[in-house]
Amino acid sequence: MTILQIKNVTKNFDDSVVVDNISIDINQGEFFTLLGPSGCGKTTLLRMVAGLISPDSGRIFLDGKDITDLPPEKRPLHTIFQTYALFPHLSVFDNIAFPLKMAKWDKSRIVTQVEELLEDVQLVKFKNRFPHELSGGQKQRVAIARSLVDRPKLLLLDEPLSALDARLREHMHIELVKLQEETGVTFVYVTHDQQEALALSSRIAVLNGGKIEQLDVPTKVYSKPKTYFVADFLGKCNLIKAEVISTTNDAVTLKIAGYINLEVKCEYAANYKIGQKGWYSIRPEKIRLNREEVENTDLYRAQAKVLGYYYYGNDTLYEIELGDNLVLKVMLGNTKSVEPKFFNEETMVHMSFDPHAGSFIAEEL
Amino acid sequence: MIKLTEKRALSWPPLLYLILMFMVPMGLMLIIAFMEPGDYGGVKPLISHINGKLHLDLNLDSFILVFSSEFVWQLMVRSIIYSLVTTIICLILSYPLSLMIARSAKKYRDILLLLVIIPFWSCFLIRVYAWMIILGPDSGVTHIINSIISVLGFPPVNLLYSTFAVIICLVYVNLPFMILPLYANLEKHEMDLLDAGRDLGATRFQLFWKVTVPLSLPGVLVGSALVFIPCIGMFVVPELVGSNCSLMIGNLIKQQFLQGMNWPLGTVTSIVMTVSVLSISLIVGFIAKNSNGFKYASK
Ligand SMILES: Nc1ncnc2c1ncn2[C@@H]1O[C@H](COP(=O)(O)OP(=O)(O)OP(=O)(O)O)[C@@H](O)[C@H]1O
Ligand SMILES: [Mg+2]
Repeated sequence: MTILQIKNVTKNFDDSVVVDNISIDINQGEFFTLLGPSGCGKTTLLRMVAGLISPDSGRIFLDGKDITDLPPEKRPLHTIFQTYALFPHLSVFDNIAFPLKMAKWDKSRIVTQVEELLEDVQLVKFKNRFPHELSGGQKQRVAIARSLVDRPKLLLLDEPLSALDARLREHMHIELVKLQEETGVTFVYVTHDQQEALALSSRIAVLNGGKIEQLDVPTKVYSKPKTYFVADFLGKCNLIKAEVISTTNDAVTLKIAGYINLEVKCEYAANYKIGQKGWYSIRPEKIRLNREEVENTDLYRAQAKVLGYYYYGNDTLYEIELGDNLVLKVMLGNTKSVEPKFFNEETMVHMSFDPHAGSFIAEEL
Repeated sequence: MIKLTEKRALSWPPLLYLILMFMVPMGLMLIIAFMEPGDYGGVKPLISHINGKLHLDLNLDSFILVFSSEFVWQLMVRSIIYSLVTTIICLILSYPLSLMIARSAKKYRDILLLLVIIPFWSCFLIRVYAWMIILGPDSGVTHIINSIISVLGFPPVNLLYSTFAVIICLVYVNLPFMILPLYANLEKHEMDLLDAGRDLGATRFQLFWKVTVPLSLPGVLVGSALVFIPCIGMFVVPELVGSNCSLMIGNLIKQQFLQGMNWPLGTVTSIVMTVSVLSISLIVGFIAKNSNGFKYASK
């Protein structure tokens, strides 16, 4: 069931298009993420849903009702701001009670409801503190409690965890997902952190320059990027120039880097004509390196020279060179006890990968 | 990097200035308050010879005189009331203006603020004289007001030389002292807080009273202090545009020094005024410090 429908929404600031004709349907109970680089219009889109700015054109529907012209206080949804936006003159309790007081709930009901939320976010002990007496994580929990206290239909979260350190962020991820499942409130989550997006979301919309580049489940967005931008923005990716040399119903045969012919599964194979230019994208961790030759003819295999490596702790990234200056990145897990790498520079290795683990990205015309 | 010793050395000149210009005169005032007035101003010598005996001339006469004088207390109370009224009017006039400037586009703010300050470039007296002309019997304002009043069947009024004129001028000369601290406070309010307020269900009206006003209390307090405290001691304004019934404590002090030639009496009156203002400020400050919201709004 669709809870939020964004329909052909456009917003300009001083002649530049910030949100460009975006349409999204978000389902009830979903954890939906808007992912994109800084300045791509994520906040602007969210503020239009919240009613803090109005779109130049397009409509926004919440639960089937057109809310485009409603003022923010009349919309049954709340926003969590990057800066938490807690009221400094109000205690934790009063901050959480704010929406209820505005809605003129009676006192006793306010107390029970706020107490319940305080328990949900484990802040009962802190209810009489003021915002400046809290840590970043606690502030964020107050902001979340305040936004959930009157059971909104939708919660908009604008990079809510970006001010927290990595450990706390991971902890909050778990809490957020738990809260979302318990309350059943639909979350629309904005972030430019791709790990966060992949880990939390039921679906992700990747935005760039005010447009949706790809809207899909995390696994698809990561492994089958639809555009060069998505492949490049999410994690590390090998993007190799490619050209379609033949097509079938569900696969294309590509000439990669001018000399490798590969058959790749492709949903849109029928759309491509022979001669279509683009890229073959394959993630570094989908490529294997071995000292000995691999006996599996389904894989693409080649010899390569190790150029160098980067040690990341859990993984090590190798740069290998195939013939003709074709350099690929390969990510291997560090299963060795201490050593940072399996292969030394300048050694020859056997490289192999499953062609279907990658995908073809067509160049835009 | 400035070393601690250098910091101390740097703090000496202002400290010396404060000691010479404030502490010493205050001390002198305290002593004069207990002395006998001289015949033509000044004070009688502290030590006199009477019948060959040394005599220390210190007494509480001036204090007794001031505390038992109904007139002094009447002026004191009137000064406090005038200052309170002035502060309240200044606050009511300044708040919307400061808010408007603080919420206007950044590029206009400086210009608007400049417009508030520009009148200050002309002399205080000239600005009061300007009001004397505006409120004078031949001015257009007076004519218009009196013709309206006469239509309603009342006798014409004199705008100048009245309490009304005193309050108008007090408000006028003090207005920027309210506007500037208020603006400085309102300008710092985070837009996110206002957005969050609306988002959480507050109407514009609720947002103003539940978020903007509480957050601006520190600014309100500073502005009120900057208006209220100097206002109590004002004597030029009532002298120029006031009537006999709108004299303030400052006028009395001036009279006691210059016309009455009674320095101790003037000194005691000043002390009474200073102590009153100080205690009012302390009480207000104490209440503010101990109200939680206020404490944290200023952080
Ligand atoms: N009020 C405004 N007036 C003019 N331009 C604006 C305004 N708000 C945003 N913009 C511009 O719109 C573009 C998109 O801004 P937006 O805040 O939506 O980006 P974002 O995707 O949220 O970025 P970030 O990840 O850095 O928060 C930016 O180029 C920004 O400069
Ligand atoms: Mg943003």
